[in-house]
Amino acid sequence: MEKLKYERPIINKIKAGVPDKYGMSTRVQIKTDIEGIPVKDIVNQYGSPVFVLSEKTIRETYQEAHRAFQSRYPKVQFAWSYKTNYLDAVCQIFHDEGSWAEVVSGFEYDKAIENGVPGNKIIFNGPDKSDADLKKAVENGSFIHIDHFDELYSLMRIVKKIGKKAKVAIRVNMDTGVYPKWDRFGFNYENGEAWNAINRIMLTENMDLVGLHTHIGTYMMTTNAYTVAAGKLADLAVKTAQKYKHHIKYIDMGGGFASKNTLKGAYLPGKDTCPSFDDYAEAITSALINSEIDPEHLPVLFLETGRALIDDAGYLIGSVLANKRLSNARRATIIDIGVNILFTSFWYEHEIYPGQACSQQTEDTTIYGPLCMNIDVIRESIQFPLLQKNDLVVIPRVGAYNMTQWMQFITLRPNVVLIDREQNLHLIRKKETNEIFKNQEIVPKHLKNKKT
Amino acid sequence: MKIKSNIAISDNGFMFDPYSGDSYNLNATAVAIIKLLKEEKTRDEIIEDFVRKYDVDTFTFEQNLDDFLAMLNHYDLVEQSS
Repeated sequence: MEKLKYERPIINKIKAGVPDKYGMSTRVQIKTDIEGIPVKDIVNQYGSPVFVLSEKTIRETYQEAHRAFQSRYPKVQFAWSYKTNYLDAVCQIFHDEGSWAEVVSGFEYDKAIENGVPGNKIIFNGPDKSDADLKKAVENGSFIHIDHFDELYSLMRIVKKIGKKAKVAIRVNMDTGVYPKWDRFGFNYENGEAWNAINRIMLTENMDLVGLHTHIGTYMMTTNAYTVAAGKLADLAVKTAQKYKHHIKYIDMGGGFASKNTLKGAYLPGKDTCPSFDDYAEAITSALINSEIDPEHLPVLFLETGRALIDDAGYLIGSVLANKRLSNARRATIIDIGVNILFTSFWYEHEIYPGQACSQQTEDTTIYGPLCMNIDVIRESIQFPLLQKNDLVVIPRVGAYNMTQWMQFITLRPNVVLIDREQNLHLIRKKETNEIFKNQEIVPKHLKNKKT
Repeated sequence: MKIKSNIAISDNGFMFDPYSGDSYNLNATAVAIIKLLKEEKTRDEIIEDFVRKYDVDTFTFEQNLDDFLAMLNHYDLVEQSS
């Protein structure tokens, strides 16, 4: 006799509530493959957990963003934000698509050079540039975005000493009507600090003020803030042209475009509420075109968006380690993906899909990571189907920041693989080993071989 | 373990507890367990019955059953032994 199909028994209390016109589908979606490759096969080959990146999605997303701006503004240049994901394979895809490099440290700068990016196609941002970094950037003809007066004066000393002209821009912070105001980076627009910096640069020999830069925040849900910001940078460019007959060559609007992830506390999913590339492009380009900038000297528009270009291309596959009941009878599922490798779970309600066919029966579940730490919570509350130990789960939209902000904490960082456009799998970052960490440590002689 | 006598359950998994006024949704395997409990089958008898009829091994079912019985207890749907 053929046996009946088994599904673990479940009882759910029916909770009556006010009907919600925004009600979401309650159907359990599963994700059994990534670009046609079964997640089971990826785990069999590369272990669990494992990060998976899609080259096709990276390229398509870049092209969509580029098209949105290029179709509205004559001169557009993207620069890949290294801090968002600086795996060399990822950087190479963006450079191949035409992106320059946008770096924020000496480490990232050297990475860009090693990736074959010419010095004059590197934008050097951030508050931390050593004198050696600045000297290197000047000699390579990179674009140095000055963050504060201390850096400006350091650079003045360096160019005087080496007698070479530096190509510089200033980072400008401003009130764009959004909270929080990112005033810790750059020179303030409203109090006149940015204009002072421009004047100081214009009166310095060996400094060529080529650009103006701003980066108004992160995960910006409103495009209007970009209109305000572009307008304020355009005003500075116009004032500079009027006073010095000097035309700013580029305006760098930074990044901060939202990805389709859902922020914690958001009522509706990010994929339904975040502005599109077209929305951002319209806000920025119309502000520049409608400004008082002389059309004969329209600056190049630089964009450094990171998150929105890579988030969708990343997946994290993991496995169920255990199911348990909490003291209030709530279900808890422990998976082998912790906050140490999924850093973005601190601010996103990540979607989580079963990696195999499963029951449509769900329970309100808390999903924990494997770390022996109370903060290791991937989802506090999710209607999740009943998975058994070793079942697979897939978390989409993890391409941004996780592979740079991850921590070696309690466990080792896992393999990262890339699916190319022909659906071949490539290992692009090897799983770490105990040896790697042992090699970095030095035990003083008097503490060696102590018997316990 | 004994299910409270006047708890009503339909074949498609809708359960009503007249003591509390609460309603519950159950899946097919849960309905089957409730029926066995109503027939006053013991835990071991339920396990034997399930492993014979369903595509499940003893360890998995035993674990799932205990979890389910704990939920019945949590929702106060079983007679408390005196």
